[in-house]
Amino acid sequence: MAYSEKLLDHFKNPKNVGTLDKTDSNVGTGLVGAPECGDVMRLQIQVDAAGIIEDAKFKTFGCGSAIASSSLATEWLKGKSLDEAMAIDNMAIVEELALPPVKIHCSVLAEDAIKGAIEDYKSKNA
Amino acid sequence: MSDKRLIYLDNNATTPTDPRVVDAMLPFFHNVPGNAASRNHPFGWAAEEAVDYSRDQIAKLLDVDSREIIFTSGATESDNLALKGVYEMYQRKGNHIITLKTEHKAVLDSCKKIEKLGGEVTYLDVDDKGMINLVELEAAIKKETILISVMWANNETGVIQPMKEIGDICAKHGVLFMSDATQAVGKIKTHPKELGIHLMAFTGHKMYGPKGVGALFVNRKNPRVKVTSQMDGGGHERGMRSGTLNVPGIVGFGAAAEIARKEMDADAARLSVLRDKLEKAFMENLEEVYINGDPAHRMPHVCNISFKHVEGEGLMMTFNQEIGVSSGSACTSASLEPSYVLIAYGLGDDLAHSSIRFSLGRFTTEQDIDDTIALVSKGVTHMRDLSPIWEMYKEGVDLDAVQWTEH
Repeated sequence: MAYSEKLLDHFKNPKNVGTLDKTDSNVGTGLVGAPECGDVMRLQIQVDAAGIIEDAKFKTFGCGSAIASSSLATEWLKGKSLDEAMAIDNMAIVEELALPPVKIHCSVLAEDAIKGAIEDYKSKNA
Repeated sequence: MSDKRLIYLDNNATTPTDPRVVDAMLPFFHNVPGNAASRNHPFGWAAEEAVDYSRDQIAKLLDVDSREIIFTSGATESDNLALKGVYEMYQRKGNHIITLKTEHKAVLDSCKKIEKLGGEVTYLDVDDKGMINLVELEAAIKKETILISVMWANNETGVIQPMKEIGDICAKHGVLFMSDATQAVGKIKTHPKELGIHLMAFTGHKMYGPKGVGALFVNRKNPRVKVTSQMDGGGHERGMRSGTLNVPGIVGFGAAAEIARKEMDADAARLSVLRDKLEKAFMENLEEVYINGDPAHRMPHVCNISFKHVEGEGLMMTFNQEIGVSSGSACTSASLEPSYVLIAYGLGDDLAHSSIRFSLGRFTTEQDIDDTIALVSKGVTHMRDLSPIWEMYKEGVDLDAVQWTEH
């Protein structure tokens, strides 16, 4: 598969790889996908008192597109409010990385991971 | 392509044409340009002579009569010709074919077409090492069975089936035995007559010959086997396959066959050492590594291996600028399905997604293997650092118990 420069950069130098403490009340964790599907993304956000995402981390089991999509997602999340983060659309990821049609589902999974993390945070801080 | 040497470990996909084969082919483009069917002038006679010579070279490799070699455009065409040709020719005898779920698509899709035409096909399971169950095979035979089709060596895992035992069962029940031997011919001994094989498909480009030319062995005596042509127009190849012969391709095919006959044992011995070195290094240096396919019945140059909790396409991207291999991951297939062969082995989707196939060849060096061990090991470690399921496995989480949000 011929990937874009941006995608390859995210793959070779992924941003924000790591793990936050999921028991921390300021942390929201989104875990989506399944090993049988060949795609598992774990995306975590750390939210400050003002409701702004101050840190984001990811780990992904998946192909180059999946890793790049989740890496990009963590970059975009930092500094956003929860509402702004909810508005992130998978097609923006597709455009930014020039994902080929057969890989669009990777961006959908990244969007699901973002929403999952936000929902988890909200449920802990209801 | 840059000057830096790239490492090619995808010989099961295709092999580089041996320079000696290229040399043998070159005169037949411009200097000896005739159509082998032009019976009336020296141009045609020279072409015909070259084709006859190649047919002999190939027949010698298989230890068969040269009249039993039918040239085609490749193994896919040969598989189609064998399956559909036998189905049509033996319709009055029966309409049932038995094959394996792990066959190449050229066999499986031909069988699907035959089912549409009114034939019946039984697709047998294999065990977790990829081997046929001979008891199940025999039990599946009925009076309508006209053909059993089993590939000699699997293209993904290199697993070799018990061809002699299958041949004996076919002989006992009077059923024709066909084999897609594409991955075996020119690499290990493939003498169909010794094993009761009546039809055998193979191709040039898997044995260091050119792409675009293949053959079907069709047994002509005891029993006399015939196939209804699938390509009509002039009656070439004893009426079994019409069309102007690809003279340069056939010359190359013959040259490749002769080189293989002379060199394959030495190649196999050398490659088996290199393959074992590669496998052993991964098994020793990395955790959670699984070899796919029966190690005791396997082609000497193939290593199909799963690195658990690491996805295949992602792993390949860590080294695919330097090394060429294939993967059983869904992400590398146009259909987004993981390898059906590995699934038939009972691997489970996750190990199928994590599989890589290394297939060594005549031009693979020990340095290639050493570099591959280093690059791939580094890649696996990097991908595991990125993998949430590797982290969970290390923490002792039972991944089978997790409620995944499937997509």
